[in-house]
Amino acid sequence: MRAAKAGAAIVAAGGVGLWLHDRKGPSANTVSETVSLPDFSLPPAGPKMSIVTGADRVKTVNRALAALGGIGRFIKSGDRVVLKVNAAFASPPALSATSHPDLVAEVTRLCLRAGAASVIVTDNPINDPQSCFSLTGIAKAAESAGAKIALPTRSSFKPTTLADATLIKDWPLLIEPFHGVTKLIGLAPVKDHNRSGASLTMKNWYGLLGGRRNVFHQDIHTIIFELARLVRPTLVILDGTTTMLTNGPTGGSLDDLKATNTMVASTDAVAADAFGATLLGKTAASLPFIGKAAAAGLGIADFESLNPLRDHVD
Amino acid sequence: MWTKLTAMNIVTVRRIAQIFFFALFVWFCVVTSVGDRWWQLRGWPVNWLLQLDPLVAFGTLLTTKTVYAGLLWALATVVLTILLGRFFCGWVCPFGAVHQFIGWLGRRRKKHAVRVAMNQYHNGQAIKYYILIAMLAAASGGLLAEVLRWPREKPVMGLVVLAASLILTLWFATRKVVSGWKKTAEWFMGLLFIGTALGFLVRPEVIVASSLQTGLLDPIPLIHRSMNLVILTAFDGLATGSRFYMAAWSIAAVFLAALLLNLWMPRFYCRFVCPLGALFGVLVHWTPWRIGKRQGECSGCELCENNCEGACDPFGKIHPHECLLCMNCLRACRQAQMTYGPRRSAAGEVPSPGLTRRGFLTAAASGLAAVPAVRLAGLLNQNWNPGVVRPPGALAEEDFLQRCIKCGQCMRVCPTNVIQPATLEAGWEGLWSPILNFRVGTSGCQLNCIACGNVCPTAAIRPLSLDEKLGRSEFEERGPFRMGTAFMDRGRCLPWAMDKPCIVCQENCPVSPKAIYVREEFQAVRDGARTITAAAADRLTLDGAALRPGTLGTGDYFVRLENAAAGERRLIADNSGQDLKVAGSWPAVPAAGSRIFIEVRLQKPYIDPARCTGCGVCEHECPVSGLRAIRVSAENESRNKRHSLMARA
Repeated sequence: MRAAKAGAAIVAAGGVGLWLHDRKGPSANTVSETVSLPDFSLPPAGPKMSIVTGADRVKTVNRALAALGGIGRFIKSGDRVVLKVNAAFASPPALSATSHPDLVAEVTRLCLRAGAASVIVTDNPINDPQSCFSLTGIAKAAESAGAKIALPTRSSFKPTTLADATLIKDWPLLIEPFHGVTKLIGLAPVKDHNRSGASLTMKNWYGLLGGRRNVFHQDIHTIIFELARLVRPTLVILDGTTTMLTNGPTGGSLDDLKATNTMVASTDAVAADAFGATLLGKTAASLPFIGKAAAAGLGIADFESLNPLRDHVD
Repeated sequence: MWTKLTAMNIVTVRRIAQIFFFALFVWFCVVTSVGDRWWQLRGWPVNWLLQLDPLVAFGTLLTTKTVYAGLLWALATVVLTILLGRFFCGWVCPFGAVHQFIGWLGRRRKKHAVRVAMNQYHNGQAIKYYILIAMLAAASGGLLAEVLRWPREKPVMGLVVLAASLILTLWFATRKVVSGWKKTAEWFMGLLFIGTALGFLVRPEVIVASSLQTGLLDPIPLIHRSMNLVILTAFDGLATGSRFYMAAWSIAAVFLAALLLNLWMPRFYCRFVCPLGALFGVLVHWTPWRIGKRQGECSGCELCENNCEGACDPFGKIHPHECLLCMNCLRACRQAQMTYGPRRSAAGEVPSPGLTRRGFLTAAASGLAAVPAVRLAGLLNQNWNPGVVRPPGALAEEDFLQRCIKCGQCMRVCPTNVIQPATLEAGWEGLWSPILNFRVGTSGCQLNCIACGNVCPTAAIRPLSLDEKLGRSEFEERGPFRMGTAFMDRGRCLPWAMDKPCIVCQENCPVSPKAIYVREEFQAVRDGARTITAAAADRLTLDGAALRPGTLGTGDYFVRLENAAAGERRLIADNSGQDLKVAGSWPAVPAAGSRIFIEVRLQKPYIDPARCTGCGVCEHECPVSGLRAIRVSAENESRNKRHSLMARA
């Protein structure tokens, strides 16, 4: 009996040893499992861009969406929607460094009214996420309008690789909030940005990156361009009610701000950004990321050629 | 008569084996040095003893689910141990041989009764099993996390967990660990809950993780490390100047303590501490051949315990898992009572190492919990220490810590002595693991050397090819293997901060094109703005404080007329207290009263992070010999993409 047990132990040890024998050792690069973001854009039909002036965000965004055919053109019953806001900094809404809570709440309401099953508001901010979402007023406004806040945690990110990219290779992407999601709307304020020249709707996708993404500041226009390739939204809303003209992207003083009273809704993020540049007193040509995105066919830099629908509400 | 004769012989044979393996061990350590002489590395199987060590193989098996290359040798040890008993401890282990020798020295003149008393089984001998359990538990965290994740990620495997829980409960019930239906049902529900539900409630991979710490006390890595970094260092010091090892003092302290304890109790380390011995103790549970007495009653002289190495009580109820097969009892017994064979000792056997369930669970839980506890420091995440520059080919830190056994082979083989045992630079887990210290040794990491990864017995440092290290041929696109990056400390650099020409770092940068490049700059020296009082074709006389004669004629100093075009300056050939001798002649002799500047030509070094491999030759050569003006830290290291400095990898 003892000998049999000893024999069995030898066979077991030998079996395991030989089965798991590894002659070569570990290889250089362990390719991690990658994820990708679905294309949320809709087939081109109807107007692509609307520009509405006025000081009241709730009114201008409603009018801008109505001009494009109403929110119902984009959000159908049962849709699960992600609102990618800019919640980058833990600063109050008055400083306009982040998406305005009134706008987040209104877009949430519009989506839910159009029949959306759920609205998730997310961002991977630069400052502490909890503080960012609460101090910007976004959390409270979004939740009271019926949205859920998805704060990023370590497990919210999975590596992604963009085909033919030079920068987005095996890089952590904020993917968890996108589980089961069918529509993506980008909500971005208009801000000065010292490194890239402007922080608009395409730069806003930076907040979907994880890791030490700041290495990409070495090549800011390429990363914004690659983000525009990676993220294909249903719709972008560019809030130029207040524009941060200086000291961006953090601002910090009311002196950095100017009332520009404009709201843009567009299915073409390149066109939206090209228009946004004008609010900053710049041109699309002076912002290389716009040129790169337009050259790659991601959108139209000459936004006037889209014949944007213009309106005004008091 | 026949038995007595063979018994006498077998002790002699055992001694020969011990001397042979000890000599082999020393030889392998000695030849672990780069070179092709017969006493150098060549093809000697210098890791053979480490590979025979099943704790190395089993530990890395738990952490990596693989048995790397030569570690398969451990299978031979396991098979022989299961068949024969702990022959490795008594016959092969070089650390055991040293203990045995010192123990013998210590008890030589002691009386029989004292010696017998020294060799009695002590309950504390169970401690080594607890040490083993804690270390193996620490190595199993990752595996546990994976199993706990099964039900969430692979529902089919959830059924396996269900079945395993059932089998385990039934096994517990038959072993009478639990009794009664109610208790059994509770255990089953408990196991099922842990096995299936836990993975849904928490993320086990965030909480538990593997860390291989067996090398701290595993005798084979321990004696390799001690020989490599402490004892041989003394001899190398005589031969080649000197080798230094940062944490060697602590390695020496553990080694010395383990040796000296033999004077108090023979084989103290083997009996109380050795986790490898404990592993063997488990393996011999069903060993068919073992030491025993022929008859329950004998004359009671206890000569068998006079020199009993394992303290396994051969006179009374023997502890077979403690027996080291030293065979001393066989020889000592004058009545040929002692045998080595398939029979159970007539005086009885103690069937198990005497662990308590509570002790087992405590040790396992402690080992498992210790890993996440030390990792709270965040050294594997945001708080990683850039001072930990690992050798070329080292795996990413978490994988590295699952393989490194702290044997010191890489440090011994490193021809430049740049690989050093860490103290706490890499945290508690990284104690005695290899890090690079560029100030120590004869140069940084040598460009064309891949010795460390090729000697590493566990592939904690991967065996790189030269092509891969240098980023040639098929590795061209990926570029060279980077250990880190050199950074300039401009406040300490002679040209940057002190107007002194230098660029030793740039000259010594071994990659081509060089990772260090320079920008030339002419800088007016301190008190270098002067007025000409008199001038000749090749000579200027200046006002102001006297110059130190000869100091400006080094070839690095120039004179520039205040109003001359940029770039139009003359090399100073020599100087006296008030005069400058200028090389070449002026187009027009400057007028007295015109202003000039004495300038030094500086080449200021810069670093190209795409080319820098972090080899540290620059840091080693920097003339600022204390805190160097150029220093390598681990940013941009190839082994961890998340430490990249560059947007384009």
